[in-house]
Amino acid sequence: MSGQIDWTALAVFAAFFGLVTVLGFFASRWRRGDLSELSEWGLGGRRFGTVVTWFLLGGDLYTAYTFVAVPALMFGAGAMGFFAVPYTVLVYPILFAVYPRLWSVAHAKGCVTAADFVRLRFGSGTLALAVALTGIVATMPYIALQLVGIEVVIAGLGLHGELPLLIAFVVLAAYTYTSGLRAPAMIAVVKDALIYITVIAAVIVIPAELGGYAKIFASVGSTKLLLTPASAHNLGQQSGYITLALGSAFALFLYPHAVTGVLSSSSRHVIRRNALALPAYSVALGLIALLGYMAVAAGVQHLPAYAAGFKAFGANYAVPALFLQMFPSWFVGFAFAAIAIGALVPAAIMSIACANLFTRNIYKEYIDPDCTSARECQVAKLASLAVKIGALIFVLALPQQYAINLQLLGGIWIIQTLPAVLIGLYTRWFNPWGLLLGWAAGMWTGMQMELSLGFKGSIYALHILGWTVPCYAALSSLVLNIAVSALASLAINALSRTPRSDLTADADYLRGA
Amino acid sequence: MTERKGAVGKRGWRLLYLLLFVPFVTLLCVPSYNRNEPTLAGIPFFYWYQMLWIVLGAALLLPLYLAEDRGAKKE
Repeated sequence: MSGQIDWTALAVFAAFFGLVTVLGFFASRWRRGDLSELSEWGLGGRRFGTVVTWFLLGGDLYTAYTFVAVPALMFGAGAMGFFAVPYTVLVYPILFAVYPRLWSVAHAKGCVTAADFVRLRFGSGTLALAVALTGIVATMPYIALQLVGIEVVIAGLGLHGELPLLIAFVVLAAYTYTSGLRAPAMIAVVKDALIYITVIAAVIVIPAELGGYAKIFASVGSTKLLLTPASAHNLGQQSGYITLALGSAFALFLYPHAVTGVLSSSSRHVIRRNALALPAYSVALGLIALLGYMAVAAGVQHLPAYAAGFKAFGANYAVPALFLQMFPSWFVGFAFAAIAIGALVPAAIMSIACANLFTRNIYKEYIDPDCTSARECQVAKLASLAVKIGALIFVLALPQQYAINLQLLGGIWIIQTLPAVLIGLYTRWFNPWGLLLGWAAGMWTGMQMELSLGFKGSIYALHILGWTVPCYAALSSLVLNIAVSALASLAINALSRTPRSDLTADADYLRGA
Repeated sequence: MTERKGAVGKRGWRLLYLLLFVPFVTLLCVPSYNRNEPTLAGIPFFYWYQMLWIVLGAALLLPLYLAEDRGAKKE
């Protein structure tokens, strides 16, 4: 946002954007299937092998917003922002141990969404509806934030107005509509190549120019470099840090777009192999987090050239400003293309995942139960459009802060589906109405905690036995959710004589393919 | 005979599953790594230690993966 357009950077950026647009439409011919079937359009025919799944999940989970927001948090808050690293360490044991079960049962029973599974397991359309609605509501602001990621780099290129964002949006909507999940799977390969090259260049070139890592860390200041330690009767930042990592790790694979990525793989072994291979992205994420400190060391926030950008986007402008300051124009175009394309991949998958939920668990369940499979797929395609238009209106019409706030709430909300989905993979002991009560209690308390924090973060201080324990609101509200679910299930199971309905069998959870 | 062998194999496999909890235990002990020293190439301990756990976390999954793979092949 230096005021004038950087033509070299813009040309490189536009060239890559054009390339992925062609790829997106071409993807409909890749491993050709009948794109009027929902499992073909919305799950890529469940045929993605280890390598494609690695690219797809990598593009899905490590989003452009992550690449902008994590260093921004380091830039603003220091050590606390590094929670992204333990978070991504803890997520893979969970993926490895739990999600092959979900894949197996979904494959055996033809589930497209997590709510489909809940419907079969607990025989409750209401519980499935709650899971589906939570997924949709938690994902919508996330899509909006991907568009914010694109907006930031477009502004960095010196372009003004809303037209560039609209063009990016129309392209995204059109190829998602025609190619379904195959489009982001294919584009993810290009996105990864760009991201890895950018990261490697950044961690070699920038520290060399700034005088080494020791100097970079020294510029941050000793108070921000570590978490504040525990003092008398207060656990300090440390408990907030690790509960944030833990809660985020448990929440991640409950998001509809992550479930879509898992279910589109061709076998349960693909998931296990990916739990081993996906940490390669975490290394990149850790290095990207350090870019926040490099932006501090480079002093970009004090340079008048970037003042307007910081004014418009806050700390989220730290990484674009750092690239503009440190890289030659052509490479700025390359790096910005990496971020923008990194936003298109998850935005496509998220809108497909929301569309799957709407179609399977709302439209087919409540509006038109006898619809044909072609009609089902048509509804999903239209729903993916509606979801994206909603996200676009969100970004253009409302202050950016709303999207960020809602995404914070989204993390707290989505984790409330954990008892029904994850614990449900292991036991049918819980009563669906008990789970619904627990879900409502968790949603409500989590939201109250976030409101009382005024959306200035998600660490809510609990007071336990005279100790102040700062804790991620998602985790504490989840504990309440599980407690309420268990107590209510105990009571209902004791009183009720209706037999449990469960359309899955134990063997369904272990079957391989 | 073959049945007993299978049961023992299964128990050993269950024990291997404890490996999944190792990163949770080590990373939950925040005070053990919330410090600057020793630095590595100018990077404070807090940062490189947690980055190291990305690699260690994946390495801990490997024995589990191989064990289950071998089990699947025997069947």
